[in-house]
Amino acid sequence: MKNKIRDLRSTKGWTQEDLAKAIGVSRQTINAIEKGKFDPSLPTAFRIANLFEETIEGIFEYREED
Amino acid sequence: MKDSIEKKQSQRQSALRQLGIWTAIWVASQALVVFGGLLVWPDSNLIKIGTLLLNVVLGLKMILANRHLFKKLDELERLLQLEALAWTLGLSMVVGLAYSTLDIINLIPFDAEISYLVMFMGITYSISLIINKKRFE
Repeated sequence: MKNKIRDLRSTKGWTQEDLAKAIGVSRQTINAIEKGKFDPSLPTAFRIANLFEETIEGIFEYREED
Repeated sequence: MKDSIEKKQSQRQSALRQLGIWTAIWVASQALVVFGGLLVWPDSNLIKIGTLLLNVVLGLKMILANRHLFKKLDELERLLQLEALAWTLGLSMVVGLAYSTLDIINLIPFDAEISYLVMFMGITYSISLIINKKRFE
């Protein structure tokens, strides 16, 4: 699943560690989500969306082949 | 939300510390059972059974501490652990039974000791975890 977390994070000037702490997950998890290697759970996706004041669909792009 | 996340992280650190403590106590109790039974109280079956029961109870406490820590992990960490545990369980069953069969049909000149299986499980779990972590980097 593609997402624009890296861009949003860069805009805010946050490191992966900062975002991980804000969301309550490990830095490795943020890294895997950013690279599209791991799809977050719904609560985590909501936390990310709320943090960036965006909708889930505004951040994550789901395609059938994902 | 920040407070609850910080609380979660502190609970996780505490769960990790507890697992470390219970593991150390369990390992020490294992040494107590073996060395005590062989060297200190070789003639007292009562003490041997008592220390063995203590060892099992402490082992159960260690398992519960591990379960407690598992609940504190995030979703990716849980997935990594689950996959490593699945490989460990599967390979231990298959390789363990094959190893035991080697002994039964006399293809190895020594007894198939359970300690080798425990070592195999530890190595399998560690390698699986490292490979899985690399996959998600």
